[in-house]
Amino acid sequence: MSARTLTVDGKQISAEKGASVLQAATEAGIKIPTLCHLEGVYDVGACRLCLVEVKGVNKLLPACTTRVAEGMEVSTNSERLNKYRRMTLELLFAERNHVCAVCVANGHCELQTLAYSLGMDHVRYDYIFPKWDVDNTHRLFGMDHNRCILCTRCVRSCWHIEGAGTKNVAGRGTKSKIITDLNQPWGDSESCTECGKCVMSCPTGALFKKGSAVGESVRDRDKLEFIVNAREKKQWNA
Amino acid sequence: MAKRIVIDPVTRIEGHAKISIFMDDAGNVADAEFHVVEFRGFEKFCEGRPYSEMPGITQRICGICPVSHTLASAKAGDAIMAVNIPPAADKLRRLLNLGQMIQSHALSFFHLSAPDFLLGWDTPPASRNVFGIIAANKELARAGIRLRQFGQEIIEILGGKKIHPAWAVPGGVRSSLSEEGRAKIRAWLPEAFATTKVAFDLWKKTMKTHGREIQIFGNFPSLFMGLVAPDGTWEHHGGKLRFTDSSGSILADQIDPANYKDYIGEAVQNTSYLKSPYYLPLGFPEGIYRVGPLARLNIAEQMGVPQADEELKKFKKLGRGAVTSSFLYHYARLIEILASLEYVERYLADPELSSDYLRADAGINSLHGVGASEAPRGTLFHDYTVDRDGLLQKVNLIVATGQNNLAMNQTVAQIARHYVRGNDIPEAMLNRVEHGIRCYDPCLSCSTHAVGQMPLHVQMIALDGRVLDEKMRG
Repeated sequence: MSARTLTVDGKQISAEKGASVLQAATEAGIKIPTLCHLEGVYDVGACRLCLVEVKGVNKLLPACTTRVAEGMEVSTNSERLNKYRRMTLELLFAERNHVCAVCVANGHCELQTLAYSLGMDHVRYDYIFPKWDVDNTHRLFGMDHNRCILCTRCVRSCWHIEGAGTKNVAGRGTKSKIITDLNQPWGDSESCTECGKCVMSCPTGALFKKGSAVGESVRDRDKLEFIVNAREKKQWNA
Repeated sequence: MAKRIVIDPVTRIEGHAKISIFMDDAGNVADAEFHVVEFRGFEKFCEGRPYSEMPGITQRICGICPVSHTLASAKAGDAIMAVNIPPAADKLRRLLNLGQMIQSHALSFFHLSAPDFLLGWDTPPASRNVFGIIAANKELARAGIRLRQFGQEIIEILGGKKIHPAWAVPGGVRSSLSEEGRAKIRAWLPEAFATTKVAFDLWKKTMKTHGREIQIFGNFPSLFMGLVAPDGTWEHHGGKLRFTDSSGSILADQIDPANYKDYIGEAVQNTSYLKSPYYLPLGFPEGIYRVGPLARLNIAEQMGVPQADEELKKFKKLGRGAVTSSFLYHYARLIEILASLEYVERYLADPELSSDYLRADAGINSLHGVGASEAPRGTLFHDYTVDRDGLLQKVNLIVATGQNNLAMNQTVAQIARHYVRGNDIPEAMLNRVEHGIRCYDPCLSCSTHAVGQMPLHVQMIALDGRVLDEKMRG
C-alpha cells in the first residue's frame, strides 16, 4: 500500500493512501476534537468540530472526511479554528435542551467534556428551548430527543454494525430528528434487535438504558470497535 | 383607621417572602399573612420526564435539603416499581437522611436563629447574624459550623458530594458505606456530641431568660403531624402518618402516606404561591396542623435512643399534652440532632451498610407512587403519576413549609398583637415577627418548589392602598 507524506501542525507524518486526516493525525499523536466520529463506523462529517485548515484551501475542512494527500499542509489548532469550534459547540447547546446537572450522562458525556476542554463557560446565542418528547416505549432503552445532537452515530451503528437499519433521520434543519423504522414509537419497531449498540454509541444522554438515574449512563464504546475489528480482521474465523 | 403593615422581604430564612399585618380601625392587629413571593413550577416542567430521573431533578428544588427531596423522590420511584428495596439500601438512605437532619438543624440553630436569642433582639441587623456570633463567641460559632459540616460530610461520604448527591435511585441506592467513610464518621462523632451538649446548655439558659418568647412566639393549639414507627417511636424515613391534637390525643394513626389525600386538603390563597394544607376531617382553616421537629416530638412516644429519650422526657414536660409553643421548635431541633447522632453511631456498628446488594430491579408496576420522608422541616410528600412507559403525567409535591403556612400566619399575628400599638412600626416588633417565622426554619425554595436572599422592606399600608409609613433596611 502506498504511503502519503504530509505536514500536520508543522510535524512531518506519513499515512496510508485513503486514510483520513483525522486518522493520520491521531496515529501521529495529534489530537483533534471530534463528536460524530466513532471508531468502527464510517465518518459523515456531521458535527464540524474536527474542522482543520489546509494550506491552499480557503474553506475549513472536516478532518474525518478529508483524505490525506501528498505534500498536504494541515493545521489543527489556530485562533480561527478554536473560534469556530466553540461557536459550533454553543450552537449545539442552544439548539436543544442540554441540562447537564440532571442528565443521565452527566460526567460521561462527550459534549460536556468537549465544552469543558474548549473553555465554553457560557453560550452567546439565545437558547431555543424546543419542546421535544422522550420516547420511553422500548422495553430496554429510552431516547430523549432533548439531548440529541444529530451526530447520527446511532444510525450508523444500527445500519453498519448491527445491520438492522432501525434508526434513521427524518426532517430538516433544527426540526431533524432520529426516528425508528417509519417514525414509529421505538417500542413498536419490528426491525430493532434490542442489541443496544445505538445506546453504546451515543455521545450524550440522548439514548439511555431505561431506569438510568443522573450520571449513570457510562458507555462501553470499546465493545463496538471490538466487534468491527473482530469481523473485519476475521478474528472469529477458526 | 384600618391599615396593613408589610414586612418585605423577611431575612435569614431560606427564600423570598414578605409578611402583611392587617390592622383594624382601633389600631389593633386584626390578622397576619406570610406570603411566599416566588414561583418556580417544578411540578409542571417535570411532566414528561422519566421517573428514574426525578431524584436528580427534584433535589434541585433546594440547596439546603436536596437529600429530603431525592429520598422522597426515590421512594415514590420504589412505589412505581412496586418493590421492596434491599434492607441495606433502606439503612443507607436513613443514614443519609440523618446527615441531612444534622446539617440542616445545625444551620437553623447556629447560623440563622441563634443570632437573635444569643445576641439579643435589639442588636442592629448588621451584626445580628452568624458573623456577630463569630465576633461574640468564636469557639461556639466554629463548633456550630463544624457540626453542620459533619452532617454534610456524611452526605458526601455516601453520595459523593455534599449538595445534590446522585445516589438514591428508585429501587435503592448506588453505593454502600466505605470503610474509610465509616472510620471518618466514627472519628468525628465525639466532637459532634460535644458540640450538641454545648448547644443544649446554651438553650437551657435561653429558655430561662426567654419565658415571654415561649409564651407568645406561636403558642397556640393546633394539630401535629409526622411519621412514626408502628410502636410510636420517632421516625424520619419510614413508618406511617400520625395526627395528634394539642391535648396530645391521637386523632389518626398508622395512615399509609400513600393515602395522604384522604387526610390532607390543600387550600390555595391568592396572596401567596404557598399552598395551605389542612387536616381534611376538620376542614379549613380549623384543620391547621404543624409539622417538623416540634410536631415529630409531640407525636412520638419515644426517640428510641437513650440520650435523646432523656431529653424528650424533659421536653414533654413543657406542655400539657402537646408542647404548643413554636419557640420550642429550636429545642426540638437540638433533640433531633442528638437523636440523629445516636442513630448514626448505631449504624456505624452495622456491617450490613457495607453490603453490595443495594438495588431492586423492576419495570413499571404501578402507574401511581407516593414517597414520604421526614425532611428537617417536616413531612415531605412526592406524588407521581406515570404512563405505562414511566414518563411523568402528574407531579404533586407537598413540602413541610407549606404545611406550616397556617401556623406561621398565626405566629406572626400573635407576635404582632403583642408588640404593635398605634400607627408606628416598632423596630422591636419587626425583629420578633421575623424570628417567629424563623422558628419554623421555613424553606421557601422548597415550598414553592425557589432560591433567593433578601434585605427587609416594611410598609404600613392603609386599606385604601395609601402607604402610611415605610422603612427599608439591608
